[in-house]
Amino acid sequence: MRYGLGIILAGALCYLTLMGAAFAVDEPFRQHMWIAVFVLAIFTIILMRKTNFEPQAPVDESAYMDEPIRYGVIATVFWGVVGFLVGVFIAVQLAFPHLNFEPWLNFGRVRPLHTSAVIFAFGGNALIASSFYVVQRTCRARLFGGDLVWFVFWGYQFFIIMAGTGYLLGITQSREYAEPEWYVDMWLTIVWVAYLVVFMGTLLRRREPHIYVANWFYLSFIITIAMLHVINNLAMPASIVGSKSYSAFSGVQDAVTQWWYGHNAVAFFLTVPFLAMMYYFVPKQVDRPIYSYRLSIVHFWSIIFLYIWAGPHHLHYTAVPDWAQTLGMVFSIMLWMPSWGGMINGLMTLSGAWDKIRTDPIVRLMVAAMAFYGMATFEGPMLSIKSVNSLSHYTDWTIAHVHAGALGWNGMITFAAVYFLAPKLWGRDRLYSIRMVNWHFWLATLGIVLYASSMWVSGIMQGLMWREYDEQGFLVYSFAETVAAMHPYYVMRVSGGVFYLAGGLLMAWNVYQTIRGRVRKETPMGMVLPTHGTAMKPAQ
Amino acid sequence: METYTAMRHFADSWGLLAMTLFFIGAVIFAFRPGSRSLADEAARIPLKDD
Repeated sequence: MRYGLGIILAGALCYLTLMGAAFAVDEPFRQHMWIAVFVLAIFTIILMRKTNFEPQAPVDESAYMDEPIRYGVIATVFWGVVGFLVGVFIAVQLAFPHLNFEPWLNFGRVRPLHTSAVIFAFGGNALIASSFYVVQRTCRARLFGGDLVWFVFWGYQFFIIMAGTGYLLGITQSREYAEPEWYVDMWLTIVWVAYLVVFMGTLLRRREPHIYVANWFYLSFIITIAMLHVINNLAMPASIVGSKSYSAFSGVQDAVTQWWYGHNAVAFFLTVPFLAMMYYFVPKQVDRPIYSYRLSIVHFWSIIFLYIWAGPHHLHYTAVPDWAQTLGMVFSIMLWMPSWGGMINGLMTLSGAWDKIRTDPIVRLMVAAMAFYGMATFEGPMLSIKSVNSLSHYTDWTIAHVHAGALGWNGMITFAAVYFLAPKLWGRDRLYSIRMVNWHFWLATLGIVLYASSMWVSGIMQGLMWREYDEQGFLVYSFAETVAAMHPYYVMRVSGGVFYLAGGLLMAWNVYQTIRGRVRKETPMGMVLPTHGTAMKPAQ
Repeated sequence: METYTAMRHFADSWGLLAMTLFFIGAVIFAFRPGSRSLADEAARIPLKDD
């Protein structure tokens, strides 16, 4: 029976959530469980309608399993657009607070929806899909696990839906980048273990003796995220049919655990696996091997050994012991070196092929991504220095830093990977439009520049206003005055976000047309334009 | 000795030493004599497949 196990599992989970809705002890949990019931019921019905009882054709074990990757690329593009849209919405809310629609769409609920949508839905789908693509190609082996791969894909989408709807219902454990409550966390743990099994299993049956470095980065991402997720979310639910839980840690231990997780989400979710993308897609797109393979090995071990200690820099001048703050700062500064080593390694891969920046907008996206990676990993260590942090912390400077990294590095390398994958996965000669990629590049770049520069100015201004004393020792500005002063910059930020979102929409259109198999009629990029004047005329 | 102090002592003595040695070992291993040709070969893995 086709999808037999899937139907049974989805149906059983549907029943379980129905029981959760029936016996719920609090209203948000009841609503949340109803959402789960509907989603799972629809999923089960679709599977049942598509099932059949004919004997199935044997699986060709020599072919790559690409169908889940196709789904993953579509999910990446979809969640990307959703995440950017929600980002623009909360940016508008900050500029015009009247747009806080109570209770579901106020800033406090929509903000985690934005962060989770872009990090876990957009980024996560890109990582899962690209890791499945890369591990098969570099191991020359089909994905391990069969339908388990589909469980990873659909299980992860279910996690996203439950996390996102939970925020809007007001369900949160208020841990940054780990807002979902205990039952959603448990679901993600199951999905993540399945992901690890698929990835490890594929590595184990590789036909290539050496494990290519991109897979090291992906594997460390999967393992470390599992560890971080489980420890950070250790909590005791108040009821097994309720949405409230209490952390296993208290006070300063809780804070350190949260930021140990929080910063390593940046490290092992937003840096390490995206570097894996860099180590595979950059050599593929420019068709030359990575500049120095041995540097990539050193890059890997340095990142792994240093990043894990950087978390306390989020807790400068708090109750966290001074030595721990200094430790976080010192390790953050040391990180600058391997980060730039990796960036140089990626950029130098283009040596001898720099002209591709002019002719290939996908390479342009990659180079910009690596440049933003370099900028963000320079700014990060700088912000972690205590005296700098005393000005920057709690201000928009942090927001500028995060978005330079996320929009510039994560976004652009993902766009490049999507543009690389789309024609390959659907067997097309090329993308629907290369020029549209170029438009996307410029829209995204302009968006980032507007976003980051407005937030830098706003953040530094905010920090300086907060700390300004007059000659008698009184604070010069009230908090409300600093908020009013930031308004123009918030409006500028919205414009940056709109540009970035427009680029995302172009990508969605481009990928959609590529899937349909269309090719846009256009002048190829990088053509030498005919020069006017007599010199170019043929000899008489 | 209470657990916290014991772990703290272990972390900043043997733990730190072990991790530092592992890291240095990994770097030396990456640059060991004869690794260049192996690394160049490994770097070509992505280009071998479609």
